[in-house]
Amino acid sequence: MSAINSILISKWTKVFVFLLCLAPVGFIAWDLYQNPTAQADPTKFLEHATGTWTINFVVITLAITPLRKILHQPQLIRFRRMVGLYAFFYVFLHFSTWVAIDHSFAWPEMWADVLKRRFITVGFSAFVLMAPLALTSTAWWIRKLGGKNWQKLHRLIYVIAILGVIHYAWLVKSDETKPIIYGVLVGLLLAYRLGVWFVNRSKRAPGRAIAQPEKLETAETHI
Amino acid sequence: MLIKPGQDLTYADVTPKSVYQGRRKFLAGMLAAAGAAAAWKGLDALAPESVEASNTRPLTGLTKWPYSTTEAETPEKIVTSYNNYYEFGTDKSDPANNAQNFNTSNWSVSVGGEVAKPRTFSLDDLMKAAPLEERIYRHRCVEGWSIVVPWIGYPLSNIAKIVQPTPKAKYVAFQSYYDQKQMPRGPFAGIQLPYLEGLRLDEFMNPLALLTFGMYGETLPNQDGAPVRVVLPWKYGFKSAKALVKITFVKDQPPTSWNLESSVEYGFYSNVNPNVDHPRWSQKTERRLGGGFFSPRIPTQMFNGYGDQVASMYNGMDLRKDF
Repeated sequence: MSAINSILISKWTKVFVFLLCLAPVGFIAWDLYQNPTAQADPTKFLEHATGTWTINFVVITLAITPLRKILHQPQLIRFRRMVGLYAFFYVFLHFSTWVAIDHSFAWPEMWADVLKRRFITVGFSAFVLMAPLALTSTAWWIRKLGGKNWQKLHRLIYVIAILGVIHYAWLVKSDETKPIIYGVLVGLLLAYRLGVWFVNRSKRAPGRAIAQPEKLETAETHI
Repeated sequence: MLIKPGQDLTYADVTPKSVYQGRRKFLAGMLAAAGAAAAWKGLDALAPESVEASNTRPLTGLTKWPYSTTEAETPEKIVTSYNNYYEFGTDKSDPANNAQNFNTSNWSVSVGGEVAKPRTFSLDDLMKAAPLEERIYRHRCVEGWSIVVPWIGYPLSNIAKIVQPTPKAKYVAFQSYYDQKQMPRGPFAGIQLPYLEGLRLDEFMNPLALLTFGMYGETLPNQDGAPVRVVLPWKYGFKSAKALVKITFVKDQPPTSWNLESSVEYGFYSNVNPNVDHPRWSQKTERRLGGGFFSPRIPTQMFNGYGDQVASMYNGMDLRKDF
């Protein structure tokens, strides 16, 4: 067993990664405490910062499977659920800021924005789609849904990532640099899945009437 | 530094009842926040000293304009830390960080086009061309935030008196400084640079249109448009071009950078108008910077509250079409 592998399976590593994922909360608080740009419009700052960290965590979540294969570190899977749940944690903060602070719970006003402003329509859709993934992240739900169904449901993360990038791109005024960077990252990570899918498909013997059901290891080990 | 509420609160700062009542819903949250804030005060010693703009100097001998708003001035620290100045980067903090070494020495502004007496002014000559006044204006950004700033300058119309526009002059074009060596973020701005802006001649002649050299008693900091800029309080902030190098009187409506970027989002006039939304967001309300969390959105006023001085210029125009 390699040293890296033993680090990956240590419970302390999990604790460390858990705390690391909380660090952005500290960065945000520190900016609000001493950065005058953040203090000028703290509501907008909080919306933008939590939004950025949401998409960061979505990208990290999507990167885990390719990194497992490329780096030959299957144990990286141990962190995927946690990182994914952190994506939901930050999107929940993002959404809550918009609801509670930006709009002071003015539901009709917000609903009008969801329908009328396309960047909000897209962002709101992504948030709604993330909720069931967070809810069904437990082992109990994997058993209840069955690995295959669970896996299908969780492929929604591909849609969510694309919606997230569009949400960002439609929000900025003119400088698309950052949305383009996220777009390229998400594009590469999704292209990897597409590549794997094509390779798997072409591996199957041509002309076989009924495809063998794919061997399920555990739901977690797949794409 | 924690943001403290302005001392000179006016009626405009009174929280509307509906908002106040809505806020009761998370009173508990506010109490928790107050506890956290108290804890933060202990961190004061840890906060780094922020970079102060050192490139400004005091301006003296100013007259106080009698029509200044009595609303609380936005803290200077905020006006110098939260800027849209895409030549220096598109994040709000970029101009304060990247404009510190911007060289504004040997500045000149050339004024020409359809005029009898074209002239290139040195900055010094330009500052002495008319008496400087301090004017406290509301300033509303197209993004939905606003500030209250004590600007120092004089009406643009003084320039017309000197150069004498001919009858052919119907519009005025402004050009801002652009040098990629000093502004390496320029190519990523997503808008055409050098920055172009413009006005109709009557707008240029309006007494509110200010050629601006300073704010808060001093010359302009680089991130706020040093050494000379335009301030047009009834229009969205992007109309108020910074770091001015060229004023040209022209026959036809001149191209403007934001209008070239997206003509459906940024009209040539771009008067503050709560009834015409930006396609991607509402313009009905605005957030006054510096109010901290829970500072309510305030209603945006037609022409940013300067209708008495400017509305007559737009009589007979459809402001939904000519937004």
